[in-house]
Amino acid sequence: MQQFSQLVKLLGNSTKTNEKLEALSQYFATAPAKDKTWVLALFSGRRPKRTVNSTQLKTWCLQATGLQEWLFDECYHTVGDLAETISLLLPPLTQPMAAPLHYWLEQLQQLEQATEAIKQQFILNAWDQLDDGERFVFNKLITGGFRIGVSQKMMVNALSRTYQIPPATLSHMISGNWNPGAVTIEELLHQSTTGADASRPYPFFLAYALEDTPAALGDIAGWQAEWKWDGIRGQIIKREDQLFVWSRGEELITDKFPEFAPLLTSLPNGTVIDGEILTFANGAPLPFQTLQTRIGRKNITRKQLQEAPVAFLSYDLLEWEGTDIREQPLAERRQLLETLVAAQQQPALLLSPVITCHTWEELTALRLQAREKMSEGIMLKKRSAVYQVGRKRGDWWKWKIDPYTIDAVMIYAQKGHGRRSNLYTDYTFAVKDGDALVPFTKAYSGLTDKEIAELDNWIKRHSLEKFGPVRTVQASQVFEIAFEGIAASNRHKSGVALRFPRISRWRKDKPVAEINTIEDLKALLQLSQHQDGSSA
Amino acid sequence: MNVLQFTDKGIWCPAGDFYIDPWKPVQRAVITHAHSDHARWGSAHYLCQKETVPLLQLRLGADISVQGMDYGEMLSINGVRVSLHPAGHIIGSAQVRVEQNGEVWVASGDYKLEQDGISAPFEPVRCHTFITESTFGLPVYRWQPQQQIITDINRWIYENQQAGKASVLLAYSLGKAQRLLHSLQDTVPHFLAHGAIANVNELLRNNGYPLPLVERITPETPKSAFKNAVVMAPPSADDTVWMRRFQPYSLGVCSGWMQVRGNMRRRNADAGFALSDHADWKGLLSAVDATGAEQVYATHGFSSVFARYLQEKGIAAKEVTTAYGEEEIITNTES
Repeated sequence: MQQFSQLVKLLGNSTKTNEKLEALSQYFATAPAKDKTWVLALFSGRRPKRTVNSTQLKTWCLQATGLQEWLFDECYHTVGDLAETISLLLPPLTQPMAAPLHYWLEQLQQLEQATEAIKQQFILNAWDQLDDGERFVFNKLITGGFRIGVSQKMMVNALSRTYQIPPATLSHMISGNWNPGAVTIEELLHQSTTGADASRPYPFFLAYALEDTPAALGDIAGWQAEWKWDGIRGQIIKREDQLFVWSRGEELITDKFPEFAPLLTSLPNGTVIDGEILTFANGAPLPFQTLQTRIGRKNITRKQLQEAPVAFLSYDLLEWEGTDIREQPLAERRQLLETLVAAQQQPALLLSPVITCHTWEELTALRLQAREKMSEGIMLKKRSAVYQVGRKRGDWWKWKIDPYTIDAVMIYAQKGHGRRSNLYTDYTFAVKDGDALVPFTKAYSGLTDKEIAELDNWIKRHSLEKFGPVRTVQASQVFEIAFEGIAASNRHKSGVALRFPRISRWRKDKPVAEINTIEDLKALLQLSQHQDGSSA
Repeated sequence: MNVLQFTDKGIWCPAGDFYIDPWKPVQRAVITHAHSDHARWGSAHYLCQKETVPLLQLRLGADISVQGMDYGEMLSINGVRVSLHPAGHIIGSAQVRVEQNGEVWVASGDYKLEQDGISAPFEPVRCHTFITESTFGLPVYRWQPQQQIITDINRWIYENQQAGKASVLLAYSLGKAQRLLHSLQDTVPHFLAHGAIANVNELLRNNGYPLPLVERITPETPKSAFKNAVVMAPPSADDTVWMRRFQPYSLGVCSGWMQVRGNMRRRNADAGFALSDHADWKGLLSAVDATGAEQVYATHGFSSVFARYLQEKGIAAKEVTTAYGEEEIITNTES
């Protein structure tokens, strides 16, 4: 556990990619085999099954420390991380024990069927056997979410360094369905890239945002333009008479979307399609909010199926007749894809249409219709390009439309988490409703570190009241809030819910009297609903 | 009338007509220590512990009117008995004891309980009312012993040297820098320092403190001098072009805030050492305990949390707003 806790510490603190890469590849070269597999799993989002929950951890920590709950909560709001708060509060260890990472993980897994009392005993003992750094990672293993500044890309590069396998091949090898308790890292890395696990998806190719004008990309004839859809990027796989649907977050979501079940019989074996999962009716996508009603539900009701039916808009064909065709140019893959989708005749399997266009000017004009099409903008893909791995520049670009903006005033602030702990970074904004202010959104991002520090200082001096972790502040700081979409919501006081809200500018030049009103928001809402209707 | 009162200029003693650490100019100011949030410019007369006198002159000007006192020495001002007692925060730091008609109030200024080897060790003073700082008034702040932290810093310096890097330690120029110089002098043969730290160091050496010599960094200092060097710099130097000359280097921040990972990650430091000149949670509690005070005022820091905790323990505690510290502040901290 020591070795792992030191790795986490270094990865969390270092700001230099090379240093992190070196530490990771060093770890993969020296750690016990079982630990390596677990680290690979943890850092690629394969969380071990939760056998103990956060509330239990907190309760047992209160018991071990004798602290009052309010004091614990104050600590938590300042530290911004439950696992860390607990590790800082516990009394020093008394029975040090040197066990490897996989020991603790296996022990935790075994608690699944255990009684509450046995779980409690195990956790209290563990805390007494681990030092501060180890306790922190131990708690993190339980609460989940190792977001410590290691991207999947970096881990793949580190493994590639240690095992001398090209990153693209390697990231495919470690994708898909595998159980860190049952395979070794060597087994994962010695399998052939097809075969082995029938469910294994290909790593997604992702686009960078286009910042220039598209004219810089050269002749438009070399490019394929499509609408950029706002759903869940996914892969549909049919191999060995089984159907698998993966999300980009590498989550297997086959069972959540019964609409795709007929594909099991209609698709030929050895087929992998890349595309977007959208709620879709009458030939057009529905707002993203309807898709949200389908995410995170285990049992789907008939009503949901009727109100939020799902379709897969196919972008690309990655495997055909059992062969990986990612190295073929897009133009060829697209042709195969069109033939395949046409032959299927399945209402849930559609093509993401290609926008026919002969000049960049024409496309620039068409892009303005993106919102009417329920899309976020345009995707540009080079016709001659192979399907790459991960986010790469050059062959794929996303050309998004400008977001909506609203000027609003900050009214509440709360301390953030992670590297924003003990700083006020989570803000609630309001627009005017007559003489009153009505909160309509929260936003967490968009300010620079310097602006955050300045605003934090201001908040500490201008807070009016404290409600638990939330402070109300004098309504005087105005911000421009940008967002991608707006929908009606009866869960929010303002009656609207925004998609991807963030701060685009701190309007120090703007007085509160001049911020937008609830009527302005409602007008935007109507506009978007109107577009919704017209495209149906 | 209370022995001490909280006003918009600072902590005021009506009977003696003097202020403790006023943040606005006054006629008579009693100063707990020479940090800039406690020792402010513009008052007509200053009274402080002897060792603070040259530091005050360095910071506020050689021409100020200042009187020095020994720890424990008693002074009578309009019938009020005033004395200073070691606070253990930095060199010359003092708690101010004020006694009027047998009622005793103590204003702590900033303090820590652990002996750092250069400041006079903290001395608890019995009183009826204790005005305490609460910078780290949360139980997550629990310091490792100084020796442990110094061992960590030494290991970090060694690893940097193995990697061919300079070790740049960010530490407040008055207090933390001397504490580090003193504690590292047996293992580090040569220190380089930013002018702000060199100034304080020279002053203290001239006043007889056995601090190691440091080499002042000037525009003429050759780049070769920085290879594998140990450099002391004030927090204000962070993120400035001045730092570039040390490349390649590793940055270590020495501050109690480094106890929490988020603060450390935000600072973009390569290493954080939770070495503080303030008392930790347990330290604050045991200091309050040792005073025997029935009434406690918590000033700068996590004052509301600390006051509430004391209330639940049966002590009449309140939080007061002062201009010290700046509540929960992270940047430019003197901690």
